[in-house]
Amino acid sequence: MKLDAQIPAGPIAQKWDKHKFEIKLVNPANKRRFDVLVVGSGLAGASAAASLAELGYNVKCFCYQDSPRRAHSIAAQGGINAAKNYRNDGDSVYRLFYDTIKGGDFRSREANVHRLAQVSVNIIDQCVAQGVPFAREYGGLLDNRSFGGAQVSRTFYARGQTGQQLLLGAYQALSRQIGLGTVKMHPRTEMLDLVVIDGQAKGIVVRDLVTGEIASFAGDAVVLATGGYVNVFFLSTNAKGCNATAIWRAYKRGAAFANPCYTQIHPTCIPVSGDHQSKLTLMSESLRNDGRIWVPKRKEDGDKDPNSVAEADRDYYLERKYPSFGNLAPRDISSRAAKEVCDEGRGVGPTKLGVYLDFSDSIKRVGEDTIRERYGNLFEMYERITGENAYRTPMRIFPAAHYAMGGLWVDYNLMSTIPGLFVLGEANFSDHGANRLGASALMQGLADGYFVLPYTIGHYFVSTKPAKQPASHPEFKRVEAEVAARTQRLLASKGKRTVLSLHRELGRLLWEKCGMARNEAGLKEALKRIPELREEFWKNVNVTGEVGGVNQALEYAGRVGDFMELAELLCTDALMRRESCGGHFRTEFQTEDGEARRDDENFAFVGAWEYKGADQPPVLHKEPLVYDEVHMSTRSYK
Amino acid sequence: MNLTLKVWRQKDANSPGRFETYPARDILADMSFLEMLDVVNEELIASGREPIMFDSDCREGICGACSLVINGVPHGGHRGTTVCQLHLRHFTDGQTITIEPWRARPFPVIRDLIVDRTAFDRIIQAGGFISVNTGGTPDGNAIPISKRDSDKAMDAAACIGCGACVAACKNASAMLFVSAKVSHLNLLPQGKVEKDRRAARMVSAMDEAGFGNCTVTGSCAAVCPKEIPLSFIAKMNRDYAVAILKGE
Repeated sequence: MKLDAQIPAGPIAQKWDKHKFEIKLVNPANKRRFDVLVVGSGLAGASAAASLAELGYNVKCFCYQDSPRRAHSIAAQGGINAAKNYRNDGDSVYRLFYDTIKGGDFRSREANVHRLAQVSVNIIDQCVAQGVPFAREYGGLLDNRSFGGAQVSRTFYARGQTGQQLLLGAYQALSRQIGLGTVKMHPRTEMLDLVVIDGQAKGIVVRDLVTGEIASFAGDAVVLATGGYVNVFFLSTNAKGCNATAIWRAYKRGAAFANPCYTQIHPTCIPVSGDHQSKLTLMSESLRNDGRIWVPKRKEDGDKDPNSVAEADRDYYLERKYPSFGNLAPRDISSRAAKEVCDEGRGVGPTKLGVYLDFSDSIKRVGEDTIRERYGNLFEMYERITGENAYRTPMRIFPAAHYAMGGLWVDYNLMSTIPGLFVLGEANFSDHGANRLGASALMQGLADGYFVLPYTIGHYFVSTKPAKQPASHPEFKRVEAEVAARTQRLLASKGKRTVLSLHRELGRLLWEKCGMARNEAGLKEALKRIPELREEFWKNVNVTGEVGGVNQALEYAGRVGDFMELAELLCTDALMRRESCGGHFRTEFQTEDGEARRDDENFAFVGAWEYKGADQPPVLHKEPLVYDEVHMSTRSYK
Repeated sequence: MNLTLKVWRQKDANSPGRFETYPARDILADMSFLEMLDVVNEELIASGREPIMFDSDCREGICGACSLVINGVPHGGHRGTTVCQLHLRHFTDGQTITIEPWRARPFPVIRDLIVDRTAFDRIIQAGGFISVNTGGTPDGNAIPISKRDSDKAMDAAACIGCGACVAACKNASAMLFVSAKVSHLNLLPQGKVEKDRRAARMVSAMDEAGFGNCTVTGSCAAVCPKEIPLSFIAKMNRDYAVAILKGE
């Protein structure tokens, strides 16, 4: 396997324009001859499917939900970044580029990130034209707010429902194409494998989640926009259905998996209340604009009514440790700081795994009505879940697994190491390095789908002359048979344990050994435990029902089966990376004051893993990260 | 607490359904309604029976997947709350709870509590969009929009497409859903260009899908987890009347 990132030569600001000019174009009349299979219908998938269809390609789009409108992009709350500089506060494409590189702890590709910052401005224009109701000021112009890791105000938002509104924009564009007959939509359909013929991606094998039928679809290219994999932790902010099956099968068919250990733990989620918990709910990072985070200085005050803890007895630890960014310190840093104070025993709430997010100062300053205007729906959501009124008493929050920076390796054209397989959005590894800044996920998903893939996919069609293969090709039948056999094996096991109990056990193990803090001993233990748990899964899982018809137990079992394998790669990568960077914190590698210690000399590379078979360890390939523009400095938010 | 559940079970669209009774034991007040069903399902699976199947995904009240009628009320009847956000602290020990799927002809049952809501997607495909292609759009600030219009459009755009409005309506009318999308787009300057065509086409797609007429009982707005108001139906009726008069 050779990793060639295909980064265009020339000055950074001109790379993308130059590349767009140099790559080959498909004649408009020829576009309809190419079939593109888009898997996933979130921001990246829906925007790509719609844009490709507008260009004239034949598109088929697949999602496991009952409607493309339900993809998990919908749950993003806070906002989307764009270098518009509407606030006249010193923002620019270059600053957004710089902030994103620095926020990612110097572990992302300069060229990709610069392109992301460049197209960010087009995204806002596109969404406004689609009717996305972004927040506005009384003068009728777009409003902005601040987000973690930035000192300018560049985040566009639609109340606390930005992801929903952006997704509905993309869904509407997609629906328009479905109505025009240029996109065929397949909802309630789950991709279960990738078909590779002569080294090129030629199609997918899916299960119809209503009839249970296993079927093949052939195409000239396959686009995976299937999101991230942090449900491997069992408890995360992802939707219940979010899974890694599509990218994991692609990995096993030859696509390199990059930086799996870069997982983001979001600092502001509602704490776990008990064993029954099925998922964790995020409270938007935007709350940190007006909320102050604190714990009591003394352990004994942890059980007191927070309003009765005197100002002098409170430790506003983020403001204390990071005076220039304060409560808006980036996510990885804020999460670790919360863990640290809880480890010291100063956590709050019944489990002591929580810190306060307090709005009383802001309410005094701007009034309760203003706070309600800004975050009303989040306060209501908090009250529904906890039964507490956050206007009166501080919220309790704790970090939770939220986002995967790692994902399938892609080149500058968003193509994986399998020709014809493109990977977009959270499913790829490309833009966020070791830590993603808030409001950048929506930006990346839409950048990939609206403004990058529509250009680069044509170049593949023209330059490689892929020969079309029909779904009757024997390779499709072979893969279908493999999928059917795996499904049968799950159903035949009839063991003693439910899928949920095994998933929960895997998640707990990963959270403890490979969560917010990792070390060699813990990772080695996890690497011993995961194969045992996987064996237990295949021997002792109990999956009810049959292959035909709706069978949610079977769907879930297939996804957890893949998490059982992915977890091992995650820990393998975390063990290999003997440094701390971004979301990957190795306790052995920290400064005296507990900050991450990066090792640029030995680890300034993308770690891309190649699958070598079930009995072989994966092989690591390194793509060196070269910084021509930005000086690799120690990331400081003090 | 301990509860008794009477749950609608149905193998597929063509089989008859029936209520089955299950105990829900040792339920905690902090659980969400769906977490309680997860617990019951774990017991069913352990005893070799098939779990109760229902749609849910984000479990934070925004994706619109969850769709249960609880004691006769879609989403269970707590203001602005989807069933995934409904917590057991609102129930009492010993209570019997009836759980059914959305009941409406355009939403056929697929299995147990899962229904087919693709009729909603078809209505959007008929006109619930602004016809712009990717690229070449004017600057985001080129057209100022008054905060009032923008906020009102956002109120309408908050619809999550869950279908509770249809399930609550005795006529299985989809007017609240359709009017929310028509209003969201028709209120904005970008959407005004296609205002008439949109209203006419979406209303006709709604009729074709078999949804009933609106008799303004307001049950839809009462159960809407996003509290979309009835006034949007009035707005859509106006937009529709204008569209018809203009010959759309």
